[in-house]
Amino acid sequence: MTLTNWLPALIVLSSLIPGLLIFALKEEQVTTRTVLNMFGATFKLVLVGIMVWGVLQNQVYESRWVLAPGLELILHADALSVLFVVLSSGLWFFTTIYAIGYLEGSPYRSRFFGFFSLCVSATVGIALAGNLITFVIFYEILTLATYPLIAHRGTPQATRGARIYLYYTMTGGALLLIGAVWLQVLAGPVDFVEGGVLDVLPTELSGQLILIFFLMLAGLGVKAALVPLHGWLPQAMVAPAPVSALLHAVAVVKAGAFGIVRIVYDVYGIEFAHSLGLLTALAILASITIIYGSVQALLQDELKKRLAYSTVSQVSYIALGAAIFGPVGTIGGLLHLIHQGIMKITLFFGAGNYAETLGVHKVSELNGVGQRMPWTTLAFTIGALGMIGIPPVAGFISKWYLGVGAATAGMDWVILVLAVSSLLNAAYFLPILYRAWFREPPAQWPKESIPAGTWETKWTLLMPPVITAALALALGLLATAPFSVLEWSRLIAIREYGL
Amino acid sequence: MMTQGLYIAAGLLLFFLGLWSFIMHAPVLRKLIALNVMGSGVFLIFVTFAYRGQEAAPDPVPHALVLTGIVVAVSATALALALWRRLEDQDGD
Amino acid sequence: MIDTLALAVALPLLGAIGATLWPRRSLPLSLVAGLATTAAALALTVEVALDGVQRSDFGGWGAPLGIALQADGLSVALLAMSNLVTLAATFYSAEYFGDKAVRRHFWPLWMLLWASLNGLFIAADLFNIYVALELLGLAAVALAALTGTRDAVSASLRYLLASLLGAITYLLGVTLLYGAYGTLDLGLLADAITSGPVAWGALTLMIGGLLIKTALFPMHFWLPPAHGNAPAPVSAALSALVVKVSFYLILRLWFDLFGPIVTPAAANLLGILGAAAILWGSWQAVMAERLKLMAAYSTVAQIGYLFLFFPVIASLEPSPARDDLIGAMVLFALSHGFAKAALFLAAGHIQQCAGHDRIDDLAGTVQRLPATSFVIALAGVALIGLPLSGAFTAKWLLLSGAIAAGQWWWVLVVLAGTLLAAGYIFRMLGKVFGFQETPYACITAVRSEVPALLLATTATLVLGLAANPLWFLLGFGDLR
Repeated sequence: MTLTNWLPALIVLSSLIPGLLIFALKEEQVTTRTVLNMFGATFKLVLVGIMVWGVLQNQVYESRWVLAPGLELILHADALSVLFVVLSSGLWFFTTIYAIGYLEGSPYRSRFFGFFSLCVSATVGIALAGNLITFVIFYEILTLATYPLIAHRGTPQATRGARIYLYYTMTGGALLLIGAVWLQVLAGPVDFVEGGVLDVLPTELSGQLILIFFLMLAGLGVKAALVPLHGWLPQAMVAPAPVSALLHAVAVVKAGAFGIVRIVYDVYGIEFAHSLGLLTALAILASITIIYGSVQALLQDELKKRLAYSTVSQVSYIALGAAIFGPVGTIGGLLHLIHQGIMKITLFFGAGNYAETLGVHKVSELNGVGQRMPWTTLAFTIGALGMIGIPPVAGFISKWYLGVGAATAGMDWVILVLAVSSLLNAAYFLPILYRAWFREPPAQWPKESIPAGTWETKWTLLMPPVITAALALALGLLATAPFSVLEWSRLIAIREYGL
Repeated sequence: MMTQGLYIAAGLLLFFLGLWSFIMHAPVLRKLIALNVMGSGVFLIFVTFAYRGQEAAPDPVPHALVLTGIVVAVSATALALALWRRLEDQDGD
Repeated sequence: MIDTLALAVALPLLGAIGATLWPRRSLPLSLVAGLATTAAALALTVEVALDGVQRSDFGGWGAPLGIALQADGLSVALLAMSNLVTLAATFYSAEYFGDKAVRRHFWPLWMLLWASLNGLFIAADLFNIYVALELLGLAAVALAALTGTRDAVSASLRYLLASLLGAITYLLGVTLLYGAYGTLDLGLLADAITSGPVAWGALTLMIGGLLIKTALFPMHFWLPPAHGNAPAPVSAALSALVVKVSFYLILRLWFDLFGPIVTPAAANLLGILGAAAILWGSWQAVMAERLKLMAAYSTVAQIGYLFLFFPVIASLEPSPARDDLIGAMVLFALSHGFAKAALFLAAGHIQQCAGHDRIDDLAGTVQRLPATSFVIALAGVALIGLPLSGAFTAKWLLLSGAIAAGQWWWVLVVLAGTLLAAGYIFRMLGKVFGFQETPYACITAVRSEVPALLLATTATLVLGLAANPLWFLLGFGDLR
């Protein structure tokens, strides 16, 4: 009963308990709710900080709880989980601030923030899951906690979007569950271990193991929006902007991508997965998704939809990284897990600011928005350039590692995919930037609801994107500094390959 | 022994006749009668098992149990009839 | 020493008598008797957990003439669930029945139902089981007819006929066993029984009769109208407990009494019927137009899951893996008991607020009842079998057992059932989001909403996280 046993559980509870308390609050208890929200977000960051510090000192953090004979809930901090926990709890902090500003005065906020907190609790649970059943449990809880957020507005489109989300994720979750149970029948309780645990199984099980991989991939691919399982993501765009940020950067698609990384590295083991021929299949799926998402993004006029398809494309970089055999590709994928999150959340904050402040929802309405909202547009620009992969923004680093990794692994066609995708990224982002900065603003904005004062919009809306944009820039510029994400990913790669 | 077998066979016949009637006939009253016929069959068999030969006194347990069973069956029939009357009354209005 | 076994039956019976004699005091009398009964049941549970099987022969009369009560881990697991659910429904009922005449009839019948439920869980001989079954049936039918509407009375009558058919069929089986072995004591019979035409006939008749009462497809026809038209707390007890007690008796007979003679083929037949129940019941629940009818069809499906365990268990030799599955089956039954009761209580509250329970027109009402919506969500999680419900753990173990036994088809059935369950639950939950004005507070009616909330939380969080001691209670090894 020491801190090392309790810390992982506490990290999950630090948002869960405030979330449950928030449910019970009356609607007009704004201050209490804000205090609870910010307390949870801050406290979680502090706990994560302690854990990162401890992991650096080789401290082992693990919470265990027996559910039933043979079924154990394990929360465990290893290098990979720390990477994801830091991302989600860090971005959650900013998203909470943003959401408080964004939803000011709107109805049902207690319900919203309650589920918002449940969502991040589930995500850190996924990050810290130490075995397969724990992962599955939090993965399903994440589905349940996200559904009300997508349906939140209660419009017919919102309920429709939420329903489609549910169709996809419930089916995916069920497939993942069957795969997980099957694997446990073959291999006993499946703990996540660096380097994988399945290579000790007899070779005659290979056929079943391949089938299980694809079952679980189907389950994870739904959340990671792998084509053709991506259909829910554009539909879910009806949700409020903070929810989009949550879906695209902090929690949902990330949980899917993270799951794929976990399964490849810590269950199958990269070398074993390679020997079963699973990596090539995954690489092909990811590449198709990357190209398809980019092409679709090009065709959208609605800003959030364009960003949604961009997510479809960009998240598959992570899966691609997992599919490239060799430490350099691995580093590229892991880096993109972080970089895509930070850049995409910046873009969604920006899109939310345009919508909330000026009523601008479409790309074609963005003319001259840079003059009216320079800070937001600057942040948006940094995010977009990063997505294209222009140095020195963070996105460049991850794409670079992915390319080099592919070349080392002899997968030259992947480089072609990356190049085509970058061109497409440029083709759908640069026109936005051009319009925003260089076209004349219209005489009147569609629905200007926040007047320009000292700042271009509310500070709660402005601060988060500016900070995350700065982070995206810093991660690119300071990539080689000690304790950077790059260094951390390198550490993970070394452990996974047993170097 | 022979007589005992005859009683058991008769009881089974009553049970299955009742079952057949229960399944085949829609009217509530007929179903209720069918159930009572089934019950009689079962009680008949049960009482038959009390016989322990010419010399020995009969086993008291089946008697006690069948008596209880009859009481239960009567109450159940009464409730069914009450419900049925209620339905008929409502339909009559 | 206080005989908790006797108290668990005698206290609710006293309550029933008291409520009949003093109708004006029926509410406080019933509440006191209910609390005392639950306390006795929980005390008994603790005794069994600490000291093992408890037995009590009334007045020193043993088998075959006396009435004996006996409780082991399986009995008390279901007994404890049943008493907690009934207690919650009792508090709910205190608020629910507005009409004085209905109230006067409700309390004595309700306490009688409680007494017969408890009696069945701890009965030690086959004839007492018959009598208690009939008592339970009569009380349940009368309660289901309480609203007095034509639909309710007609459904109750159908329910009564089905119930009587089941009981008399069961009794014929009992008779055959007595004829062959000269005893009705469960323990003595279990030692004596051998495979043969008599045992087989008795098995078929007894299990068949109980299957009608537990409403396994295709013998479920009476259940949806009866459960869908009864007053909400009664529906809760019927769906969560009354069908469950027949299932408990099937378990007793199947594993304790006929254990050596049941065959895998018979278990497979039960499994197939269970699978059909899951698919048919879930589909009907998806199509149902009324909330309570949806809940009732969901019961048909959930009963099906319980029977899916039979073929998987039958394929295993006595082993820890088999114990895990038996525990999972009991856990599923417990989880469903809490969840379904919560769902019916919530549905009743919604019906009272809206004046009807047509799912398509409920949006406005549920948006003003956050706590009740939350109950539906939590109960729904348990009914779908998502984490962290007891049903999730049970389902994991069931799937695991089916895959290990190579019985793939059950996995597909569970998959389909899970998705259909998500369909009917979220069809209702989708209505929660809309434009109704923001409610002042989360809980709007304490006495109606809190009991349901507690039950739902038990199904979804408590049983999900803390089910492990159940295996210990059932006598499968130490606390693992």
